[in-house]
Amino acid sequence: MSSSGLLVPRGGGSGRLVLPPGEAARQVIGEVLADLHSGQHRGVVVDSPPGAGKSTLVVRAAGELAEAGEPLIVIAQTNEQVDDLIDRLAQAKPELPIGRLSANDYTATDRIKNYSTVRVAAKVADLGGSSVIIGTAAKWALVPEGRWPWAIVDEAYQMRSDALLRVAGRFDRALFVGDPGQLDPFSTVETERWTGLTWDPMQSAVAALLRHNPELPVHRLPVSWRLPASAAPVVAEAFYPFTGFSAGTTAGQRSLSFAAAGFGGGAVDEALEMAATTGWALYELPARHTLRTDSEAAAACARLALRVLERGAVAVSERSPGGAPVTADRIAVGAAHRDQVAAIRAQLGAAGAGITVDTANRLQGREYDVVIVLHPLSGRRDATSFHLEAGRLCVLVSRHRHACVVVARAGISELLDAHPSTEAVHLNVPVKFPDGWEANQSLLGHIAAHRGMTSPHLT
Amino acid sequence: MSTLTALARAEAVAAGHAQRITTVRHLHVSDRPLVFLPLSMAGEANAPLGALVGTDPVEPKLLVVPQPRNRDQRFGFAAELAEVLLPYLDSFRGVTEAVAANRGREVRYRYVDAPQVLVPNSAGIGFVRLFGRSTRFRRTDGDYPVHPSVPLLGQWLTFLADRAEHPGSGMLLAMTEALGLHWATGQSALEDAHLAALLAWIDPGDGLTGADAAVVAEDPLRWPPAGPATDPTFDNEILAPAMTAYEEAAASGEEVRRSRARGVLEEAVRSQLTPTWELMWRGVSLLRRLPAGARVDGRWAEDRDVFSNFTLYVDGGGYPQPRRDGAVNAAQRLHRLERALQSYAVQRAYDDPLVMADHRLTGEAFVGEVTLADPHRIDDSGKRRVLRPRIQVTTGDVVLVTVGAVLHSPSRPGQKARVVFVTPDLSTGQTDVVLELSGGLGRSLSPAPGSVPEVGDRLCYTTLSDSFMPPGEFPSREETPWTHGGPPQAYEEPVAPSVEDAREEWA
Amino acid sequence: MTSISMGTSRNTAERLATIRGGAKPKRHNARTIAALTRNPGCARRAVLDTAGVDKQRLAAYIDFPARFGQSGFAIARGNAFESQVKASGAAELVKLLRERLGLPIPEVAYDDLETVTGREKETPEVRYARSRALLLRAAAGEDGAGTLFDHPLLGLDVAGQRVYLEPDLIAFQHEGRFHVVEIKSFAVVDGQADPGKVSAAAIQSAVYVLAMRQMLAEAGYDPEIVAHDVVLICPRDFSNSPTAVLVDVRKQLAVLRRQLGRMTKVDTMLAALPPNLTFDLAPDADGVPTRAPEALVDALQTVDARYAPDCLSVCELAYFCRAEARGCTAALGTSAREELGGIEQVETALALAKGELSPAEEQTEAAALLRNAARLRAELLAPAGVTLPPTLAPAGTSVAGAAG
Repeated sequence: MSSSGLLVPRGGGSGRLVLPPGEAARQVIGEVLADLHSGQHRGVVVDSPPGAGKSTLVVRAAGELAEAGEPLIVIAQTNEQVDDLIDRLAQAKPELPIGRLSANDYTATDRIKNYSTVRVAAKVADLGGSSVIIGTAAKWALVPEGRWPWAIVDEAYQMRSDALLRVAGRFDRALFVGDPGQLDPFSTVETERWTGLTWDPMQSAVAALLRHNPELPVHRLPVSWRLPASAAPVVAEAFYPFTGFSAGTTAGQRSLSFAAAGFGGGAVDEALEMAATTGWALYELPARHTLRTDSEAAAACARLALRVLERGAVAVSERSPGGAPVTADRIAVGAAHRDQVAAIRAQLGAAGAGITVDTANRLQGREYDVVIVLHPLSGRRDATSFHLEAGRLCVLVSRHRHACVVVARAGISELLDAHPSTEAVHLNVPVKFPDGWEANQSLLGHIAAHRGMTSPHLT
Repeated sequence: MSTLTALARAEAVAAGHAQRITTVRHLHVSDRPLVFLPLSMAGEANAPLGALVGTDPVEPKLLVVPQPRNRDQRFGFAAELAEVLLPYLDSFRGVTEAVAANRGREVRYRYVDAPQVLVPNSAGIGFVRLFGRSTRFRRTDGDYPVHPSVPLLGQWLTFLADRAEHPGSGMLLAMTEALGLHWATGQSALEDAHLAALLAWIDPGDGLTGADAAVVAEDPLRWPPAGPATDPTFDNEILAPAMTAYEEAAASGEEVRRSRARGVLEEAVRSQLTPTWELMWRGVSLLRRLPAGARVDGRWAEDRDVFSNFTLYVDGGGYPQPRRDGAVNAAQRLHRLERALQSYAVQRAYDDPLVMADHRLTGEAFVGEVTLADPHRIDDSGKRRVLRPRIQVTTGDVVLVTVGAVLHSPSRPGQKARVVFVTPDLSTGQTDVVLELSGGLGRSLSPAPGSVPEVGDRLCYTTLSDSFMPPGEFPSREETPWTHGGPPQAYEEPVAPSVEDAREEWA
Repeated sequence: MTSISMGTSRNTAERLATIRGGAKPKRHNARTIAALTRNPGCARRAVLDTAGVDKQRLAAYIDFPARFGQSGFAIARGNAFESQVKASGAAELVKLLRERLGLPIPEVAYDDLETVTGREKETPEVRYARSRALLLRAAAGEDGAGTLFDHPLLGLDVAGQRVYLEPDLIAFQHEGRFHVVEIKSFAVVDGQADPGKVSAAAIQSAVYVLAMRQMLAEAGYDPEIVAHDVVLICPRDFSNSPTAVLVDVRKQLAVLRRQLGRMTKVDTMLAALPPNLTFDLAPDADGVPTRAPEALVDALQTVDARYAPDCLSVCELAYFCRAEARGCTAALGTSAREELGGIEQVETALALAKGELSPAEEQTEAAALLRNAARLRAELLAPAGVTLPPTLAPAGTSVAGAAG
């Protein structure tokens, strides 16, 4: 078994960091804010690996700019992200007047209603007096006029270039924050019409921005506060091979244990023990080509998630050194397709009602203690670019604070081995790394060492 | 590919001929389509070698370029093609109809019919696009003057190629795709790109199975490729000697010899195109025999709108389309294409229960019988009392819609149905779905007659919505933001072609 | 003559020679090596390629000829464009490298390593040695070491065999760094080219990059002095004037390394095959094959194929494999097979769909889906009356007349 799970030195073993993680992160944030205040750049980009404190940075930058008297807008991608940001900003700056720009049919959620400093309106004109106005890119695209000195674009790698084009007229300068390792935005339309153009509307907003403004400073947050020491180096190596990052916590600071002993749970308990001890587990089902909605695999995902609840998992971390119960809302099951999500949800039944089950796309930016992943290549006979996409796997295996259990049919390694490389090459399109094939191999190489001893199908 | 289509392919293997995958036709077939079969010269960048073109199945016009590398001959071909295509386009500019615009405040006019150009395959569409590109910037003066019809042809070919990208448009169609939309063969999609093989599956004839007929159809001697690429053996053994003979004859200065050599060349090109010409009209005939879907006319009306607008643009001396879309144009076009794609998918499902069945199979739609109905139910939980009838639909389909989802029924446009309960009965395999209806009920607190489904009605409900999606707003080209390179350069602007453009690196 | 390197055991080499029969091994070139990446899961192809069997000849002999003819026009155009770019000491090429790539090239020396008078009969080994010597001098930065090297002969180890690559490139050296220059005659129109052709060019160039890197590394140089950006020279728009584009081939390099590494596992594959397996055509004194085609078909059938419709455009044996795959869902395409629940045989899928066959345990879910699909098709096609045999239009329409 690999020792990388437990025995890595502080800093994820990358050796790149001389500074303690907290200090290294603070230093980068300091540089970002200095770039913003310098007035020398129209844009500043911050790449943030999973859980590297992106929201903290956004809230801090928004607070500082607003307090300096610079009117500011924040552009997020989903309503949930908008509410998250407002929640955090209102807590951090209780005096700051915040406007929430919303669709006509939006009803404020409870966590927004609680703040007297937050106003909700469908028109900018009705948000006068707000120092910060926050809304989704889709909503900002409908604002026909007005120009603010500053904007913060959150989850900018999830945003499509055309969405940025529609809102970029609303600001002079902007801070772009996002995770380059997650899923690229996509379009249902298949055309090569714009391929190779620097303003290809189907690429990510950051890609378009940097192709037109290559001189803009790009910073990288160096520390993941979410991923445990067992996961940061694995995820960094597979999905951020050139930049890397390290864990902000030590193995000693995080632990996962169960109140109830694993009695009679067989392979499921064994996988959970493995995950609790090493941070990873591979729950491998016998090789078989299956439908996407492989019911055995869906059942395994559900059983694993429910078993975490049944056994009363307790997570000890720097946030709760005394241990906190891993409740249903701290558990997620991730899959590639919507029908798989439906199949897993059906298997979870009422007992698992509070457990999040979702596709990689919709899990982006979210965080849990324990995550069960149905491997996108499980049971497949052929890999497609969709299933091989590095970002998809990256999202799935980087949502957890404590442990990740990957459910997969045996045979993925052979599938990758026989995968034909037929990727079309387009002129003047920057090559994207990491390659999905390589990333899959890298991750598989690591988790293969985390199989349980019992073969699940024998239990 | 959906499971239903894959199953139809399997059935085709067993049956020995192609299987229908729709109950209706999802595209417009003109009464007077123009069939265009271009051939290009191997190794060259879209250099035309010849074409069969026309609207009369029995009398196509043959165009031949004896030396495709020769610039004058290339644009000579363009002028000849323009002589066929431009009058065809003009022939639709007769009768117009008035259409209410801007919510009935204005009236605009559109032609009652529009052109439809058919090519054999998607490579044929590629030829149209590239040939439009190579002709629309030509100038009628300067060093390399061309006939005035050439740049005009280029604009129209570009227009047609752009329409071909637009989901649901029928102005420029590839026959393989038009047929493939309605039939599943017992071979792969890749092999379906071969028109003769595809038609062999749809109509094997003479006691052959589709598989056997398709193998025969792949023989380039019996069924030459549908172009634009030619069969290499034909190039090497027939075309090359004929071209050389023609060149020598032309150089000899003997008109009789030249004319005879040209005749040989023409027959060679004709021999490669005639079989495909016949296949094209067989395809047209097969498509015509399918009844059109209910929304096909609406989409064709949109094509007629776009055609009418473009005639105005061209009449007004509009510049040729730019080489590539600028940033704003690209974003706008993507937005249009995405909207069109979604609405085309929904319309096909609404028009055709067999297409809707794809969604039933994946749990996004279900068909069932109304087993309970409470048409007079009033919701008084809000500020004012509203009519919110509920019905229960019982179905044997897989139901994966979630509580709270808003569904629509193709037969009841304008009415929304919110899912209230989903209760599967494992013993019978049936599922009861309780729906709360809003919209399309009339204005009072009791429902208008027929506005609420009655017990015993059989209905389809789906998450797909045919409702209007408002178009997005975009900055003007001059306002292209700094994030996207600022206002565009001439390259992606429609402008008058410069002398430079016209000469265009012709070495 | 191709030598067998130390990497392959004597045993394996003998096995491969037996499989090939008396014929000389088919020489690899960048194109055939690139093709190895297209269907790595196919054992039949792996065995035949590793043994160097002439698949084209084999396919023709068993009456499933490959259809990879090349038009003389295309060849002529390719040659004309190449000689145009290389004319007068590659003047156009140098101009492009200077202007389009901004490379400050002072003086240019152009060495063609192929056409040295009086050396037409050189063995590959001698030519390789000469190419190597010149390129290493350039790597060492020696004075007057040259700038452009046309047709250098490169070598690469493929499945343990030393393979000399038919040279079809120019190596460009500037300040001790090399670029591979590939001249192709497909057009770049408004900055775009056929992605399939660019893809093929990229992987072929990657073969050269890999071979050059291997050679330099063996001589103790840093292999990275061969750039992963290759220079692609193509005609611009609809003209003959060339344009240069840089193509990043890092992904292709990774794929090649992977597949070449995989080919060394040929021993395992051979172990599973009959010991006397051979594709020898047993030609007589006049070169006419004497072995019965049926015997060769039998031999082919002992090695598993992994047919997919894509094979038709890349593999010489594809038409044979397609015929063999008739009745398999794989022949309908990978996505159709997936939608049919991965059931191997069309017949099985249909029997499950009609409920005529009770599913094996692992087929239960697929069977349920197929039955559901079949129920819907039956429900919707029967009332609509669309079971019509799709015969042609009746006489009387002008259309049918044309159809003949």
